Amino acid sequence: MIDLILNQTLNGLASASSLFLVASGLSIIFGVTRIVNFAHGSLYMLGAYLAWTLVGRFGPTDALGFWGGVLLAAVLTGLIGVVIEVLILRRIYQAPELFQLLATFGVVLMLQDVALGLWGAEDKIGPRAPGFKSFVILFGNRFPTYELFLIAVGPLVLLILWLLFQKTRWGTLVRAATQDREMVGALGVNQRLLFTSVFAFGSMLAGLGGALQLPREAVTLHMDLSMISEAFVVVVVGGLGSVTGAYLAAVLIGILHAFGILIFPKITLVLVFLVMAVVLVVKPYGLMGKAPVGHQRAHGPAEPLLLPADGLTKLAGLIGLIILALAPLVAPDHILLTLTELVIFALFAASLHFMMGPGGMASFGHAAYFGLGAYGAALAVKWLGAPMEPALLLAPFLAGIAGVVFGWFCVRLSGVYLAMLTLAFAQIAWATAFQSVDLTGGDNGILGVWPSAWAVSKPAYYYLTLAVCAASIVALRLTIFSPFGYGLRAARDNPLRAEAIGLDVVRIQWVAFAVAAFCAGIAGGLFAFFKGSVFPTYMAIPRSVDALLMVLLGGVQTVSGPIIGAFAYAGLSEQLMKLTMYWRFVLGLSIVLLVVLFPRGLVGAGLALRERWRKEPEPAATLVEARP
Amino acid sequence: MTAVSPAQIASAVAASEPVLVVRDLAKSFGGVRAVDGVSFSVLPGTMLALIGPNGAGKTTCFNMLNGQLRPDGGQVLLAGRPITGMKPRNVWRMGVGRTFQITATFTSMTVRENVQMALISHAGEIWSPFGRARDRHREAADALLAQVGMAAQAERACGVLAYGDLKRVELAVALANQPKLLLMDEPTAGMAPRERIELMALTADIAAAEGIAVLFTEHDMDVVFTHSDSVIVLDRGRLIAHGTAEEVRQDPNVRAVYLGTGATSGGH
Ligand SMILES: Nc1ncnc2c1ncn2[C@@H]1O[C@H](COP(=O)(O)OP(=O)(O)O)[C@@H](O)[C@H]1O
Ligand SMILES: [Mg+2]
Repeated sequence: MIDLILNQTLNGLASASSLFLVASGLSIIFGVTRIVNFAHGSLYMLGAYLAWTLVGRFGPTDALGFWGGVLLAAVLTGLIGVVIEVLILRRIYQAPELFQLLATFGVVLMLQDVALGLWGAEDKIGPRAPGFKSFVILFGNRFPTYELFLIAVGPLVLLILWLLFQKTRWGTLVRAATQDREMVGALGVNQRLLFTSVFAFGSMLAGLGGALQLPREAVTLHMDLSMISEAFVVVVVGGLGSVTGAYLAAVLIGILHAFGILIFPKITLVLVFLVMAVVLVVKPYGLMGKAPVGHQRAHGPAEPLLLPADGLTKLAGLIGLIILALAPLVAPDHILLTLTELVIFALFAASLHFMMGPGGMASFGHAAYFGLGAYGAALAVKWLGAPMEPALLLAPFLAGIAGVVFGWFCVRLSGVYLAMLTLAFAQIAWATAFQSVDLTGGDNGILGVWPSAWAVSKPAYYYLTLAVCAASIVALRLTIFSPFGYGLRAARDNPLRAEAIGLDVVRIQWVAFAVAAFCAGIAGGLFAFFKGSVFPTYMAIPRSVDALLMVLLGGVQTVSGPIIGAFAYAGLSEQLMKLTMYWRFVLGLSIVLLVVLFPRGLVGAGLALRERWRKEPEPAATLVEARP
Repeated sequence: MTAVSPAQIASAVAASEPVLVVRDLAKSFGGVRAVDGVSFSVLPGTMLALIGPNGAGKTTCFNMLNGQLRPDGGQVLLAGRPITGMKPRNVWRMGVGRTFQITATFTSMTVRENVQMALISHAGEIWSPFGRARDRHREAADALLAQVGMAAQAERACGVLAYGDLKRVELAVALANQPKLLLMDEPTAGMAPRERIELMALTADIAAAEGIAVLFTEHDMDVVFTHSDSVIVLDRGRLIAHGTAEEVRQDPNVRAVYLGTGATSGGH
């Protein structure tokens, strides 16, 4: 027993090292640039792919070839980091957090297709490391020496980082910038160079983390998102900006995984979730983290006035609804299918908007609740033999309950912390569906989720969808202008003032989170019967980002925005997918361009334009006045 | 001038217990003792001015009174009941209104909606998910706005108001729960001298008429001397003087640390 425990501890420590390399890079970059680099997992993946190619080229059996390849891969990843920083990030340091996250997610999409184009879809198996091919017998178990080497890498890198930060001028600057950004400007430091070098350094760490995994596991196209969500968990648990915290958390998570697999193989992730939960309850900003100072919208632009729809907008909405209701009379079935999907997505987007717009809580994992709704419906059909109607009723409750549980943690944080945590929860939900093969069929999904006889025809199911979604969207809208919706906006506009007039900010946001999850669940349930099947991909990160883009495209500050955004985005992306195999690249590039060109968002850009128009007559007026 | 008459004060003193009693309140940040063993009390319908140079600990004091900060030591009693360490929202429920040194309003709402928000909260209607919030407590909100002279701007967005007007809106919001105690942290900062006198005269009137105890901080000595019933002076976290405006003005300690700095009038 003892030897088993020691053995698993060593396994955990070995897997912690790469996690630590990625997480510390993420943390250092955040500390200095205040950007949470979503693409950090992608850099890790590129490091692994590059190492695979380089080691193969240099000769995998030769020690120099192997280690040379690994190190060169890390350096090249660092250079890719420089390119990303100079071309993209440099332009968006002043943009709102949400847009920065989105831009780096655009980079994730682009790098995914770059890797697909260069290395193909097949998994790549790396060679074993020369000099580390043997085993040692530890506690009666054969233990690969490479694992021992990896265990040493973690503390070694931690030590190197510590020396770098304490003993070099560059390290001192990084620490100074992490503590106080204005100070760096005052020191007369070349800020651009500092930011670029920090980004390069962090990228190199991620690349090294990926390259070192080569002898350990296959290189795949999924490495990026699974790593980034684990790194987010590590950073949230360890404390954003703290390298030591990142190490502690990486070890904690690594060991948890190792023991979880041994003791509860099916619910490893639940274990991770529980530990994260405990840490966040005790220390909301992580083991070694500090509460962000002046984080609460201190420098963001003030929220613009929100007015209820005027008669014209209401009329437009009514006409839109009538057109949708009449569509089955003229539209052929394949158009109806597209429309059904669009209507479902409109509700999905509206539910995200509810927590993001009036609630001010940007979720990067909203697909979790959409997916849980879909699974709720499918599980009811599969395991309870339920017909469509009760299954549809049940579906949102699974999502809503998850919203209550996950939301409890999320609403205690704000900004990027909240975004990272929502993403981590979504990843946990996804992985649970993926892992629990007995219950959910795993990757094969659940098939045969068909509507009741009366709703089988395309027009009938379309009408069902339209009725449910329109009613839900109207209800969300009414809520936004109700006392509760006002309270939610009050909590977003000024939490201090809200608390000072008796509002329980955290509880209001918690309820809003659960309501948003519930409504996403309604959409998910409808989607399950629409497709006839559910898969873990319904909850995957790209779908969460779909929802974000719909909301942002329509404008966060408008109430009808998400509906228009959903139609525009879903329509466009479907066309894009038909056009090119590399649609991810195109989509990612569009996101990046959108953020770089309109760093204040589309609505912000619109407002700026209107300001310019308004100001136009002024110079003329002063001219007239100046004449006499 | 509409300062409270001595007769009014006398009757208030006779009639009632202090609304607010503070005993040995203390708070340190790191090694700095921001507030160090401060005790005082405020009677209903009276105005107590808390003065002291920048960094004396005034805002820290306010933050402990309304629950935003947890004191390291000491006691806060509201109408005889301990409220030490309560959350701000619960302190508010017990009848404490507050305005902030840096104005805090809801920018996505109109002036009237800001007041309505407080009234909705006071009425316990915040969890109601249907029915338009704009239609609730409209008259009451307008009455409060009229009281502070903001009725004409009820439909304007709070984000575009002049600073002095924002302070008035905050006062209206703070009055919405019919408070026993009003905490006003630099209510007139950023206002023109005339505006200051007007706002504080208004506050004094309301306080006297409705028996509200007011604790306020102020840099403008003219305002302090005209509109306070008594004055306490804080310096580096310690209470160094307590008395009427005239007594405090004559106090050698105060002259040394505070008035002696040249800040006799006009504020910072
Ligand atoms: N959150 C805080 N953390 C650390 N020090 C603080 C904090 N708030 C106030 N202080 C310090 O406490 C002292 C009193 O500050 P404050 O109460 O704001 O003074 P005043 O309002 O009288 O100008 C100052 O030295 C200030 O720097
Ligand atoms: Mg102050």
